[in-house]
Amino acid sequence: MRVNRIALAGNPNTGKSTLFNTLTGLKQHTGNWPGKTVVHAEGSFEHKGEQYILVDLPGTYSLFSNSADEEVARDYIIFDQPDATIVVLDATSLERNLNLALQVLEMTNNVIICINLIDEAEKKGIRIDEKRLARELGVPVVKISARNKKGINRLLDTLSQLVKGQIVTTPYRMKYSKEIEEAITKVESKLEGYFDEKYPSRWVALRLLDGDEELILKLQNHKNNKQHEVRTNGVPVSVKS
Amino acid sequence: MLMEKTLKPLSECSFGDCFLIKEINIKGPLRRRLLDLGFVKEAEISVLRKSPLGDPVAYRVSNTTIALRHDESSMILGEIVRGNTK
Ligand SMILES: Nc1nc2c(ncn2[C@@H]2O[C@H](COP(=O)(O)OP(=O)(O)O)[C@@H](O)[C@H]2O)c(=O)[nH]1
Ligand SMILES: [Mg+2]
Repeated sequence: MRVNRIALAGNPNTGKSTLFNTLTGLKQHTGNWPGKTVVHAEGSFEHKGEQYILVDLPGTYSLFSNSADEEVARDYIIFDQPDATIVVLDATSLERNLNLALQVLEMTNNVIICINLIDEAEKKGIRIDEKRLARELGVPVVKISARNKKGINRLLDTLSQLVKGQIVTTPYRMKYSKEIEEAITKVESKLEGYFDEKYPSRWVALRLLDGDEELILKLQNHKNNKQHEVRTNGVPVSVKS
Repeated sequence: MLMEKTLKPLSECSFGDCFLIKEINIKGPLRRRLLDLGFVKEAEISVLRKSPLGDPVAYRVSNTTIALRHDESSMILGEIVRGNTK
């Protein structure tokens, strides 16, 4: 039976672990990411006959690998390529939280934006138009309160539709200046066939233009190591056929 | 530019001050990190408290508390909006 792998991403304190516990209950185990002092929590659950494995990524403000936490989260999304990534946002602090959300949207198409702490937002008189946000971001947006277990079913139904391909997303991609966009196009065209095709080429091009040398090395090692199924810098690499 | 004369580094603020970011005077990964933490142009910062040794200092930025070391806060330039209120 097919098992869907789902990642939970988000800023610290957005309720990721609360949601993780709500969804997986006792079916979870924690440890460290291989070679890192970063906590790894993984659990499983079932919804409407579908099997899911949920990975609680470290909470970060960014995915540009400024820290071990960010590296772990970024590498999971890029190398392990989960079937979906749920980005958990704090409803009371959307401006801050959307920074990470936009970064994830540049990395993968399979994203659900989950706006948590909606009870807190309501208390503060903050109203969130999730339909409008979904239109702007091009991915499903679901409002929940993880602690009060509100909106969980809607989230799971959306997740199920996404992994079955019943929802087609068109993630918002930042448009850069003409000069940068031209450079992106140039680099992207050269990338074809250079790395494993499955990498998001626009994102890789942006990182290359940014001069992210560590990432370039990692992408190269990943390619070379594919046959031997090794671990890339500690993070298990899943080799898909 | 006239404004530039009055720009001060965030590191010069003291407890209770508010600060309006006008520019981030650094390039590369540290600039990226500061932006990711919410230290962007026009953001309003308040100075919460110093750690016992005076470094790092905790700031309130975009609804979250973030601690910066002196070498980071000295790169952030702006206006002190309101002096010590306490
Ligand atoms: N009011 C409210 N608090 C929540 C909700 N979800 C999580 N929290 C609280 O937010 C805090 C951070 O939650 P946690 O799951 O540890 O966040 P994480 O850092 O993203 O894993 C905890 O005190 C939770 O009880 C929610 O839906 N409503
Ligand atoms: Mg947590």
